[in-house]
Amino acid sequence: MAGSTLASPSAEPAVAASARGVSVSPARETWRRFRRHRLAMISALVLGMLILGVVVGPFLWPVAINEIDFSAQLQGPSWAHPFGTDDLGQDILARMIYGGRISLAVGLAAMVVATFVGVIVGALAGMSRRALDPFLMWVTDLFLSLPQLPLLLLVIYLFREQLKAVFGLEGGVFVLIVVVIGGLRWMPVARLVRAQFFSLREKEFVEAAKASGATSWRQMVHHILPNAIGPVIVAATIEVSSAIIAESTLSFLGLGFPPDIPTWGRLLFDAKDQLDVAPHWAMFPGAAIFLTVLSINFIGDGLRDALDPRRVI
Amino acid sequence: MASPILSVSNLTTSFRVEGLWRPVVKGISFEIAPKETVAVVGESGSGKSVTALSIMRLTPPGSSKIEGSIKLSGKELLTLPEPEMRHIRGNEVAMIFQEPMTSLNPVLTIGFQIAEALILHRGLSRSEAEAETIRLLEKVRIPAAKSRFHEYPHRFSGGMRQRVMIAMALACKPKLLIADEPTTALDVTIQAQILELIKVLQEEEDMSVLFITHDMGVVAEIADRTVVMYNGQAVETGPTEDIFARPTHPYTRSLLSAVPKLGSMGGHTRPMRFPVVDRATGLSDVPTETSDTVAPASERPVLEVSGLTTRFEIRAGLLGGVKGRVHAVENVSFSLQSGETLALVGESGCGKSTTGRSVMRLIEPLSGSVLLDGEDVLKLDQRTLRDRRKRMQMIFQDPFASLNPRMNVGAAIAEPLIINGLATRSQAREKVAELLRRVGLLPDMASRFPHEFSGGQRQRICIARALAVEPRLIVADESVSALDVSVKAQVINLMLELQERMKLAYLFISHDMAVVERVSHRVAVMYLGEIVEIGPREAVFGNPQHPYTKRLLAAVPVPDPARRLEKRPVSNDEIKSPLRAPDYVPPVRQFREVSPGHAVMIWGQEWETQPAIAKVA
Amino acid sequence: MATYLIRRLLIAIPSLLAISLILFTVLALAPGDPFEELATNPNVPPEVRAALRAKFGIDDPVMVRYFRWLAAMAQGDWGFSFASRINVDSLILQRVPTTLFVVGSSQLLALAIALPVGIYAATRPYSLFDQIANTLAFVGFSLPTFFTGLLFILLFSIYLDWLPFVYRSDIAATGWRWYWEMLRQAIMPITVLGLFQAASYTRYVRSAVLDVVRLDYVTTARAKGLSEQKVTIRHVARNALIPVVTLVALQMPAVFGGAIVTEQIFRVPGIGSLLISAILSNDTPVVMAVTFVFACLVVLFNLIADLLYGWLDPRISFR
Repeated sequence: MAGSTLASPSAEPAVAASARGVSVSPARETWRRFRRHRLAMISALVLGMLILGVVVGPFLWPVAINEIDFSAQLQGPSWAHPFGTDDLGQDILARMIYGGRISLAVGLAAMVVATFVGVIVGALAGMSRRALDPFLMWVTDLFLSLPQLPLLLLVIYLFREQLKAVFGLEGGVFVLIVVVIGGLRWMPVARLVRAQFFSLREKEFVEAAKASGATSWRQMVHHILPNAIGPVIVAATIEVSSAIIAESTLSFLGLGFPPDIPTWGRLLFDAKDQLDVAPHWAMFPGAAIFLTVLSINFIGDGLRDALDPRRVI
Repeated sequence: MASPILSVSNLTTSFRVEGLWRPVVKGISFEIAPKETVAVVGESGSGKSVTALSIMRLTPPGSSKIEGSIKLSGKELLTLPEPEMRHIRGNEVAMIFQEPMTSLNPVLTIGFQIAEALILHRGLSRSEAEAETIRLLEKVRIPAAKSRFHEYPHRFSGGMRQRVMIAMALACKPKLLIADEPTTALDVTIQAQILELIKVLQEEEDMSVLFITHDMGVVAEIADRTVVMYNGQAVETGPTEDIFARPTHPYTRSLLSAVPKLGSMGGHTRPMRFPVVDRATGLSDVPTETSDTVAPASERPVLEVSGLTTRFEIRAGLLGGVKGRVHAVENVSFSLQSGETLALVGESGCGKSTTGRSVMRLIEPLSGSVLLDGEDVLKLDQRTLRDRRKRMQMIFQDPFASLNPRMNVGAAIAEPLIINGLATRSQAREKVAELLRRVGLLPDMASRFPHEFSGGQRQRICIARALAVEPRLIVADESVSALDVSVKAQVINLMLELQERMKLAYLFISHDMAVVERVSHRVAVMYLGEIVEIGPREAVFGNPQHPYTKRLLAAVPVPDPARRLEKRPVSNDEIKSPLRAPDYVPPVRQFREVSPGHAVMIWGQEWETQPAIAKVA
Repeated sequence: MATYLIRRLLIAIPSLLAISLILFTVLALAPGDPFEELATNPNVPPEVRAALRAKFGIDDPVMVRYFRWLAAMAQGDWGFSFASRINVDSLILQRVPTTLFVVGSSQLLALAIALPVGIYAATRPYSLFDQIANTLAFVGFSLPTFFTGLLFILLFSIYLDWLPFVYRSDIAATGWRWYWEMLRQAIMPITVLGLFQAASYTRYVRSAVLDVVRLDYVTTARAKGLSEQKVTIRHVARNALIPVVTLVALQMPAVFGGAIVTEQIFRVPGIGSLLISAILSNDTPVVMAVTFVFACLVVLFNLIADLLYGWLDPRISFR
């Protein structure tokens, strides 16, 4: 053997790869595992239909949301009003389609805010080797022990009027609610990202990159972030459902969107005093919130299984 | 042979994987006579640990099934109802495990955990059980046993925890002790103590022992008979002497040829490849010494380290004050010629890995100098350092953690080239193909992802990545320690070939004395952050001077049953920690030259008071 | 252990100070003068308004106002409620026991459900029981408390007429009837809140137990010949509780948030419903004080969790 050009060949069989013949990238592997989670697949379908419903709904059901009809107060479901009417005779289906857009938009936008802030704070803490990390974690823990709902209520109570003046009625409340919900919910993401960074930056493949002359930026972007992203995606998914619940809670307490913007929580707030005569008024928006949140949570669970870090690294 | 304590016949254990039953142990049979020690030896995935768990019926109930027959003193265990089986476990058959750090419940005192079995099986009262537990702790030579009864596991070192596990196993005087890799996670001197202890206790208690291991040295040391397992099957069974002297199965032969034997390199000055055995025929080639690769002493060394010191501060308490310092590397100096392999050996906590990382400047040392081709790496600014890093590369221990799971192999190998601007993307692709070929893999593997490769293949990929920038020096930090014996031999052969062709200098960090003897030109023995002995490999192994070097060499199990009876001194000491008080000032050390290039630290009183022969025996 | 506790306490104090600073900053940053509205509020007598303006020193610098406010809070001078026309501290003191009763009972209920269900499901992973429990847990924490509350009222008060849906602090009955009435009106708020928390706690317990059962020392315990039950209770459960305590502590802000909603639905006279009514009537001193009390409660429960943690994990004293 000595003197031959070939090095001693590897005597081990290539595991898995040769058996299947094709190479499987981690992303495809993730999709394959996600598809196996039956409830997550069903939920993805349900959520897709809900989103489709609120997006194209107004074209299929072109009824004005504020068309008052005193001859049809508090009616149960019928062909004219599939979800019934409220105390002013307004069509609940039309109001729900409109409100659903807002509720879902708030959920998504607040998730983006929370994830963005969380990833930045977590990554800064995770890359720092000096005093920045303890400080950021102290701030994170501090925010975690803030009483969120009271604080949300307080901020909205204090700032609603001014933002209304700047962004208009709907826009003002929207921006306020998104920023406040996002601003009070970034902490879990930050902790997660930091923990991921801490374990990943000690991994040998990151050290190997460093030993090859990679800058900190390259280590982070090419090696740490792609491996930290799985749990962040899961957390971000769950964040959407938390934000939807938070917005609905605010509206349900009468402190979210004003009455002329019928988000699902607001509909429940209006309906709760007529529960004995018009239960349908509360049931439909309540069920919509429940179904949305449930399917998002199941999708999160499916993603968690599919992205299980223990199986990737 | 007397009627056997344990008789396993046609044992098949399968696990359900994605809906299919996959056999892991395939119809193995063996017997254990009273007071006999039988070793089951095999590489990872051979099914040896599953065999042990099957005997205890501890495989996960829903997703596994055990077929065949397991008889304990003639009683069939596989058909026994669960309550009766529980009476067997811990009472008639006891078990100790590989990982002493995780085998004890962290929230219960060790005393309680031992007494639990006594109360359960022997019906002792709490106070009786406590007295008996203390007796057991004394029996396994735990110092101050009485005061340690109420302590939690985190207060014990790995070796001490394994003693606690043994005490727990002996609690009910079992007929059979199953030891599943009980010394694998331990340092070599501690391993020697535990093996000695198991041998002594076996005689005292008249137990049979089933010893599961991957280490042929341990087998030779302890077993009367041996079962060699490969791929779920018992390929060879027989008295240990016969297996070592006249292996018949090709697998056994290849396994034995891949095992480095400490002391087998006498008369050779240069490293030597491992023989390559054909798995099918069992035929082997005869390895020769590598050619002389070391640059002459007149040339400037690739690496000159002097006075290297790295310390870590331990902060604790309310205000986070410095409560101590880990003197991980203390005033370490050595040099390395082109084409030379210098091995750093020592046990856990001796600072050998920290030395490697400090040289690479993956850790910032406190003081000293590291000259790479005459340029001090420690004085470089970040930008120049990144540029110089292409001259020294590192290969790590864990092949599973050293490749980015989200990056395909080609991208991983090309990364150093791209970073350093040494190649365009298309040039890099060609270079990757060539590198893959050079480390014994196929060029079309470049598009695959790390999870599709085995441990040995991954280590080859890591070597290819390190070679991409054509370095002068490679720091190999326990690079072959996590690999199975036969794979280990292949990877070492590859490293030796590459050294011959590329005149690479290796800083070879390892705890494995036998491997070090095989691959290195020179050796430095480290203890508590300091080099206690350094010199040509033949001099250090053939004529060790420092008491620690001697102790280390004596503790290595030799894969030769004929040498078992040579009584070797085993000390009962625990490994000391390099953690010191904040005001500790390291003493000034003096070295004595034994022969040209062979220097030994002059040691103090603490080494003289050591008992020469083990207290254990 | 003692240093551990002292350290936790020392961390809690700056946290509380920082929370109070955040609260005060929010208030100070708020557009306009929150006390301006007092001028139009006929409920507030002019002399109270003047005293308040003087006390809060509206025209002083922010930091001075903050320290003055902090000093007043520390001395128990929490201001005067415009809406209820009594001192804020006595108003809150009246309401706190009810909130603690509802929150405490619901937490006990949640743990009483989550611990056995979570442990049982995790020791039989992927069994029918596990799958049902898991699905129900998902349904449970996807159902917002305000919707479950309405569903409960609809079912138990309107259709079945078993339970009252308004919580009264002045029950006219005496003796055992008082307890009976108390129980009847407390069932729904406690159950609504308890079930919601039980769902998430079940998930925590299950995954914590699943993490522990794979560990070596559990195999050691089995190899000793212990019965499954003893293995689970002695060796698995206690270790699994350690991460659960942390997660439950992290849930505290959400628990008190849930309490606000339930109190509002069932009109429970606790500090949660006080907060809502204070906000709706622009009663700033009460809003500030209640928010701060909530913060204190969260910090207090976190301290209790730290204590529990230290008690469960002997390694704590070592760190």
